[in-house]
Amino acid sequence: MAYLELDRVAKQFGTQTVVDDFSLSVGKGEFISFLGPSGCGKTTTLQMIAGFLDPTRGAIRLEGKDLTAIHPAKRGLGIVFQSYALFPHMTAAENVAFGLEMRGVPRAERSERVRAALAMVGLAGYEDRHPRRMSGGQQQRVALARALVIKPSVLLLDEPLSNLDAKLREEMQIELRQIQRTVGTTTILVTHDQNEAMSLSDRIVVMSQGKIEQIGTPQETYERPASAFVSQFLGKTNDFAGTIDRTVAPTQLVAGSWRAPAPAGLGGPVTVSVRPERIGFGDTGLSAKIITRIFQGNHWLFQCDSECGPAIVIRQNDGKAQPAEGDAVRLTWRPEDMSVRVRAGA
Amino acid sequence: MSMAAEERSLRAPWVLTAPALMLFVGVLLIPLAMTVMLSFHDWGQYKGIEPVFILKNWHEIATDPYYAEMFWRTFRIAILTTLLTALLGAPEAYILNRMSGRWKSFFLLVILGPLLISVVARTLGWALLFGGNNGLVNKLLISLGLIGSPIPFMFTETGVVIALAHVMMPFMVLSVWAALQRLDPQIENAAMSLGAGPATIIRRIIMPQIMPGVLSGAIIVFSLSASAFATPAIIGGRRLKVAATLAYDEFLNTLNWPLGAAVATLLLASLVLIVVGSNALIERRYAEVFR
Repeated sequence: MAYLELDRVAKQFGTQTVVDDFSLSVGKGEFISFLGPSGCGKTTTLQMIAGFLDPTRGAIRLEGKDLTAIHPAKRGLGIVFQSYALFPHMTAAENVAFGLEMRGVPRAERSERVRAALAMVGLAGYEDRHPRRMSGGQQQRVALARALVIKPSVLLLDEPLSNLDAKLREEMQIELRQIQRTVGTTTILVTHDQNEAMSLSDRIVVMSQGKIEQIGTPQETYERPASAFVSQFLGKTNDFAGTIDRTVAPTQLVAGSWRAPAPAGLGGPVTVSVRPERIGFGDTGLSAKIITRIFQGNHWLFQCDSECGPAIVIRQNDGKAQPAEGDAVRLTWRPEDMSVRVRAGA
Repeated sequence: MSMAAEERSLRAPWVLTAPALMLFVGVLLIPLAMTVMLSFHDWGQYKGIEPVFILKNWHEIATDPYYAEMFWRTFRIAILTTLLTALLGAPEAYILNRMSGRWKSFFLLVILGPLLISVVARTLGWALLFGGNNGLVNKLLISLGLIGSPIPFMFTETGVVIALAHVMMPFMVLSVWAALQRLDPQIENAAMSLGAGPATIIRRIIMPQIMPGVLSGAIIVFSLSASAFATPAIIGGRRLKVAATLAYDEFLNTLNWPLGAAVATLLLASLVLIVVGSNALIERRYAEVFR
């Protein structure tokens, strides 16, 4: 049974629809990411779960109970804000203790739980520091401890890592995942960073312009993008214009001089999506010319001009000789490495 | 860099600030020093001012209870005015901050309005509203049967405090407003998600964070109220003298300039002490909030 359920939730500001027809069921203990560019409605959806905004339509249920009928202060959700929103006039320990105090937890138990929560996020010994005297990463940990110490039914993370530098962000990602696994709290993360979403979540909800584009595991959304938007947003991809040729038997999928048996159920003009790391150089296939070749340590990045438009190829640096700039090459890939969609508007 | 160039670049800040510095010294420091010196001079009904060094004026202020009462009144009015502006101004700024765009700018203008009108015109307006038996408010209250006789407003401390609070309100609102701008916009949501109700949020989260703004507003309001002239002069009149009106009377009516100078100097010195002292206290108390 679904633990947290969003049922055709929509939010309108005036005439503008910010979130539309958002349905999702989250299992207990699951880590879900809302992924999308800014303005796609992911934060609005999170705020509706938190109760800071009321949905215009639809229902949000937690363990079968209507969540929208409960005041935000009574929902018992843990929230980590993008700005952390720590209380600057309180020490780290006082910040973490605040939620427990509001719940009337006795003093002795309170200080024990605060100490444990700060230790869990690696801040033992920082109890008496004020937030303004802590680094961004430390503040982030206090915010996480403050949200988790109340044993929330759902943990909501609103772009929690976006204010950290790249290296710290990576560290915090690993730590966040570990803490979430240990505590087992159902978690929803809002992010615009596809790497973050992929490395942290059990499932990703890809959003664009207020609508869900795809819900799936990180691998599914990467390997089998449901739409052009998803394939473009999650990592780099090559989109080639192709057609299904029914004049030959068996029917063939043709993109330039690359051809393969056509997948069933499709016809007419299509878009062939292939990830750059799945393309190899072969004797047959799409003919192309290498424009630039960039060495990136563990791999080579090739920008090519193919007969179906620009293409990017990534090859592992396995020590073998690679084609040089200006070389004429043939691009080839296995049929199972591509996803084929009917071309929109054609 | 050569020695000469280095010397020139060291001199440049002094040369560049010299005009402003000279103006500052000429129109502020010199008259101030002359006032302090004047307070030590002698004065007599028939001999006028005598440039000698005596402590007569200071002795008179220290021993005559009239001056103690007058200074006490001055600071009592300033303290009450400060309390009134803080009690009304802080909530006012908070509410203003939560308003949406157009209303916010309209009400901000309403609050800043008093600054755009001459103090004299504004205070005379208060006198017309509340003054004596013919004041509009008193007439209304009497005709409604709410009060039997008019509430005294003119020549009372209450009247001076109310009128001063109105004049000083913008300084408090702006100061608290500035503190509110520093608040994390999500801070109330954060407190709410942890289970805090609206009253708790204001008491435990908002108040401690805007307190430095309230206190710095209080310093401004206090020092301006203690040295205010026009409002106490019109509402308080001759019957209810404060330090500023007393100094004025000594200078222009009694023509006892040295005594007036002593009153003015004492007012200035005590204000500077109070302001500097409380500022240091506030900075120490709220150090962690502003780091």
